[in-house]
Amino acid sequence: MDLVTPSIGLVFWTTLTFIFLILLLGKFAWRPIVSALNERERSIEDALSAADKAKEELTRLNQESDKLLKDARLERDKILKEAKTFGDNLIAEAKHNAQTEGAKMIAKAHDEINAQKNAALAEVKNQVATLSIEIAEKVLRKKFENAGEQQTLVAELLKDVKLN
Amino acid sequence: MRLNTLFLKKLFVLSLIFAFIAGVNASAFANSEHNETVLKDSAHVTEAHVEGEGHAAGHGEEPFEPTKVIMEHISDSHDWHLWGHTSIGLPVILKTDAGIVTFNSSEFHHDQEGTHVVEKDGQKFVRFENKIYYAAETANEKGQYLTLEDEHPTNAKPLDFSITKNVASMFLSAIILCLVFFSVAAAYRKREGKAPRGLQSFIEPIIVFVRDEVARPNIGHKYVRYMPFLLTVFFFILINNLIGLIPIFPGGSNLTGNIAVTFVLGTITFLVTNFSGNKYYWKHVLAPDVPWWLYPIMLVVEVIGLLSKPFALIIRLFANITAGHIIVLSLISLIFIFKTLYIAPVSVAFVLFMDVLELLVAFLQAFIFTMLTALFIGTAVEEHHH
Repeated sequence: MDLVTPSIGLVFWTTLTFIFLILLLGKFAWRPIVSALNERERSIEDALSAADKAKEELTRLNQESDKLLKDARLERDKILKEAKTFGDNLIAEAKHNAQTEGAKMIAKAHDEINAQKNAALAEVKNQVATLSIEIAEKVLRKKFENAGEQQTLVAELLKDVKLN
Repeated sequence: MRLNTLFLKKLFVLSLIFAFIAGVNASAFANSEHNETVLKDSAHVTEAHVEGEGHAAGHGEEPFEPTKVIMEHISDSHDWHLWGHTSIGLPVILKTDAGIVTFNSSEFHHDQEGTHVVEKDGQKFVRFENKIYYAAETANEKGQYLTLEDEHPTNAKPLDFSITKNVASMFLSAIILCLVFFSVAAAYRKREGKAPRGLQSFIEPIIVFVRDEVARPNIGHKYVRYMPFLLTVFFFILINNLIGLIPIFPGGSNLTGNIAVTFVLGTITFLVTNFSGNKYYWKHVLAPDVPWWLYPIMLVVEVIGLLSKPFALIIRLFANITAGHIIVLSLISLIFIFKTLYIAPVSVAFVLFMDVLELLVAFLQAFIFTMLTALFIGTAVEEHHH
């Protein structure tokens, strides 16, 4: 059968053409095309993984900032609370100090007043005594020539005089 | 609904046009068979000029022989038949005892009977049924310069390296492949890393398909080395299958349905497979894990196994494509067998169906050939054998 008998000419030309095709297409078509395809696939993959990484990074950053925010809030609360306690304490202490100081000053004033009063009274007593003596002396000088008698009388009189 | 009826109408008109063209072609066909009385009504369309005036006159009403016609159409020829009696002469290259002889095939003047002698470089040649023989000294009673035994010439034959219709068609396909893929490669260089466009986006999925569905799963990580071979085989078979489906010039050759072509492809697959076979592969072939006394049988079985793989490839592609061509030609032949144009719409409808089917087969066979080639290479380079 002619149909299933390979003819030598066609076998020869097919072999030649096919080998040339493999060489030509292999060098100028398949290699650049396949490498370009691989290159592009790799770049797409890289881009995708980079995007994934960026997303992860973003989530991480978000979490971090959330945590920072929470910490900052806590810190602020703490500081506020501390400041409040401190202020309260300060006020209380100041009040207390003022009270003690005031009390002290009042007590001091009292003592001073008492001392002044006593001094003034002693002065007055002396003055009164001196005055009285002068007055009495003047009076008695006139009345009594005898100084001795006069003195005894005055002393007896002074004994009876009670201040206050 | 409206669209549907519109579509049907278009289809009907198209099939009418197709029927008319087929009728014209068919009458040309009939002419070439010296069968001018068939289809008298359309004969006026093809008043093709007759190159070899001599033989048209001598023949009367020959009965239409579908087998002969179909076989002529699916086999190779030295001329590229266009229509009627018009054909392109192709170079004939003969390796004779006295060196290489070349001439144009039109010098045979369409003779297929061995009656027209071509004398070149002191040697005489005749052509009988697409084969070139050394002419006999004298003609027999039918005017043939051949000695026939049971209708087969016994003359010696020179080695025929002619650029036949199939070879020319193959050159054409090679040029198309180069043009297409060089431009695609240029597109990849020019638009590096960008999305594919135009032809590139049509070709790219096919290349990716061959890589990801054919080469990688079957061969494994060594697939890169075999990509050029697999891609070339795939596209070579595909383009030639498709060219074979085009009924008019420059298509219509039955290249991938020719045993010589599939033989070469199968042989190359065989060589590639066995040259890339590793020690596991050869151990499996030459020293399989069977009791020693089975070796004589196993060795034979294994060698048959080696040969049957490419043999199956050769026969599968050849038979599939040839069968497709035979069916299409048979359906067209119905018109001439029934000698009426009224059968033409039926023929055309079936041929249309077959052509669509053949379009699928064209892709399918290219795919199967490449797939099995990859599979065979895969078994040859597989690392771990159980």
